[in-house]
Amino acid sequence: MSNRGSHLRRLEAQSIEIIREVVAEMSRPVMLYSIGKDSSVMLHLARKAFYPAPPPFPLLHIDTTWKFREMIAFRDRMAAEAGMELLTHTNRQGLAEGINPFDHGSSYYTQVMKTDALKQALSHYGFDAAFGGARRDEEKSRSKERVFSFRTGSHGWDPKNQRPELWSIFNTRVRPGESLRVFPLSNWTELDIWQYIRSENIPIVPLYYAAERPVVERDGMLVMVDDERLPLRPGEVPQRRQVRFRTLGCYPLTAAIDSAATTLDEIVTEMLIARTSERSGRLIDHDEAASMEKKKREGYF
Amino acid sequence: MNQALPSLAGQALDHLGDHERKGLLRFLTCGSVDDGKSTLIGRLLHDTKRLFEDQVAALQKDSRKYGTQGEELDFALLVDGLEAEREQGITIDVAYRFFATEARKFIVADTPGHEQYTRNMATGASNSDLAIILIDARKGVLQQTRRHSFIVSLLGIRHVVVAVNKMDLVGYDREVLQRIRAEYEAFSQGFGFETLEVIPMSALTGENVTRRSEAMDWHDGPTLLEHLEAVEVAGEDRLGPFRMPVQWVNRPNLDFRGYAGTIVSGAIRPGDKVAVAASGRVATVARIATMDGDLDEAVAGDAVTITLQEEVDISRGDVLSPPESRPEVSDRLSAHVIWMGDQGLRTDRNYVIKAGKRSTTGVVARIEHGIDVNSLKHLPTSTLALNEIGFCEIHLSAPIAFDPYEVNREMGSFVLIDPLTNQTVGAGLIWASLRKADNIHRQAFDIDRAARARLTGQTPRVLWFTGLSGAGKSTIANLVEQRLHAQGRLTFLLDGDNVRHGLNRDLGFTEADRVENIRRVGEVARLFTEAGVITLVSFISPFRSDRQMARDLFAPGEFVEIHVHAPLDVAETRDPKGLYRKARAGEISNFTGIDSPYEAPEGAELVLDTVVRPAEELADEVIRYLGL
Repeated sequence: MSNRGSHLRRLEAQSIEIIREVVAEMSRPVMLYSIGKDSSVMLHLARKAFYPAPPPFPLLHIDTTWKFREMIAFRDRMAAEAGMELLTHTNRQGLAEGINPFDHGSSYYTQVMKTDALKQALSHYGFDAAFGGARRDEEKSRSKERVFSFRTGSHGWDPKNQRPELWSIFNTRVRPGESLRVFPLSNWTELDIWQYIRSENIPIVPLYYAAERPVVERDGMLVMVDDERLPLRPGEVPQRRQVRFRTLGCYPLTAAIDSAATTLDEIVTEMLIARTSERSGRLIDHDEAASMEKKKREGYF
Repeated sequence: MNQALPSLAGQALDHLGDHERKGLLRFLTCGSVDDGKSTLIGRLLHDTKRLFEDQVAALQKDSRKYGTQGEELDFALLVDGLEAEREQGITIDVAYRFFATEARKFIVADTPGHEQYTRNMATGASNSDLAIILIDARKGVLQQTRRHSFIVSLLGIRHVVVAVNKMDLVGYDREVLQRIRAEYEAFSQGFGFETLEVIPMSALTGENVTRRSEAMDWHDGPTLLEHLEAVEVAGEDRLGPFRMPVQWVNRPNLDFRGYAGTIVSGAIRPGDKVAVAASGRVATVARIATMDGDLDEAVAGDAVTITLQEEVDISRGDVLSPPESRPEVSDRLSAHVIWMGDQGLRTDRNYVIKAGKRSTTGVVARIEHGIDVNSLKHLPTSTLALNEIGFCEIHLSAPIAFDPYEVNREMGSFVLIDPLTNQTVGAGLIWASLRKADNIHRQAFDIDRAARARLTGQTPRVLWFTGLSGAGKSTIANLVEQRLHAQGRLTFLLDGDNVRHGLNRDLGFTEADRVENIRRVGEVARLFTEAGVITLVSFISPFRSDRQMARDLFAPGEFVEIHVHAPLDVAETRDPKGLYRKARAGEISNFTGIDSPYEAPEGAELVLDTVVRPAEELADEVIRYLGL
């Protein structure tokens, strides 16, 4: 990263320091890899932090089985390139019960297939620290979260009882069973992420680029028909539209936007003149007023 | 959006290039909701286009539900992110906000203003370059203005903006501003601010925040945003001598040994000599290795990996510096402590102290004085409650390398952690060393522990046996030592009773003596391991904090805590020395298990149950654990 003193270089250095601190102090860290642009940046920073060694921890992907197909292919390629072990976990019980975003509602589905699945995986492997790519500018309750965020033995977050975090001194102490969620991208904004991807040439899932894709318009959102499992409502006919995604999650819960941006420069340009925030396309955020805070208390990232 | 692209693309892409080059300013805002703090932040976000349509829509919805501004948007709801905050209409925690202009990117730490939130203000200030202190023009300089200014100054912020808000409510009166300016400048004289900008404004209308005010055309200074974009805050870090606390030693293979860390001040180039503060060893920088290629130079703020030409023993927590300009190294310090724990500070307790990348334990031996944050008067006190500040004497169990906080924030700061709850309970700002001899730097000895370990051909460890009296510690420790000895290993056994008769015969059984007892044994064990000896310690050592203090003297992996377990009734039945009987009879007091607690280890490397298994088997298990 050139441009000494530039804000991107400072953000990069701070993130690297955070990632190294976890490896130096924790006995079993893991990096949550969600395949999105923030995860891509986080993985890139981890590789820089430990160069010439590969990052000394595995990647963990919580597979809800409802991710875009392109994401899964991309995931496997990136893990191999970084020389890192990739662990994937699916909530088998949820899968057996056929929990899906349509019949059970996005809120319950997220609880079972994402939050519960994540907790199962963390407990199963005994990880005492998990990196996440969340940023403080994404959402209100995240703006108050620590970089090193303590979790109880049952993975709960108590926002009113957080450890003060001063200078770059991080309290990493946990008892057996307790853990930390660590957010190296806390101080990055969406624009910073794109700028950094651009200046470092970081690969991202093609879904971020505009292309003709089959979508249906539903409750004011454009939902992509990624496979035959999406139940069409009466009158809905998939149509091909030039769309792309600002964030990536489970395809039935992630809205596309109309866009002609097919290059990074065009994406960033579009972002600069955007009038809605990126999470406006995430259906799970709007369930209730303090929706994200509630999910986070229960163990969501 | 698609239609807008062609016309705006050129302009936006220019912006893109600028964005990559621009600098970063971190500032905090202090003031209470009544001063218009949230309105000011909302205004900055709104006018720099950081509010999106869906966020404004959510804000409108929330304003109707929780708002205090009638039909108007309540910007406070934008920054109060937690449910409890929104319901109670107060700010509890530090929130971070982000916006950018053509010139700079800004990170705002929004901190609550009331006295009971001093800890949050200190947290926000610790990472800020500049502070905005809000004053309500109708009220002028208040006690809270003094408090905010003092904390900002204590935390080392050298650039301050006094935002005199609500000028619209005093008829944009120039004299009001002049009065406030004169009063503020008078009392803040000793605070060491390098820049002090007093700006009359109205956050509600945006006047002198993001746009010039016609009604205040008498103001010849900048608007707030102009000032934030232009003020020069960096520089000091670059100019100071080179400092890099080693964060992690990178050894992917035999050919590469790198020291990874973030440079906190100064600059470094290949060929420069660096000294290791604690050991005094000097080496030459070979490479500054990064994934983007080797660097010719790295400066303050950079996270790098340095390799050295010579082989030197360096581990996490060591500080690299120029040989001619080293930090101080001491285990006795004076420091300002800001207390953040719900339970008050206790001078008879051990705390974990994390300074930079180094953790040790220590006690706050004495509180020289407390400081009344409103009057700034010194008060005699024996404790500090939540949000109180004191000037204290700190005794550490191992020396640390530091610079005074005033000179170098990253090198002069530490946090105190309660070893029982693991909560961060205090923040420390180092003033000075309390040892006269600290100007004499530690002599580097040519024969170090690695050299001795090579000679003895063994990895020195300390095996710390803890458990109730009669649990079987000494029996097992003896068997372990016999087995090691039979293998030709060099060992030494420190036993509680024997040490009490010699080294520690001046110690009784008070709280302070008990801590000192363990401290000395820990230090002796450390000397033995440095000499290359496998050291067995057999002590009841009933308190977690004491054992942690001992553990912190050793490198990770070197300290093996072994919990020799038998339930109290079993141990009491065994009673090999008749001590339980005496304790029951009241002939001895403070006896562990009877009238003093035993805190079982939570993270012991080994737990040996002497009820279920014989001592010989358990001794074998210890040998297996050691891989010998």
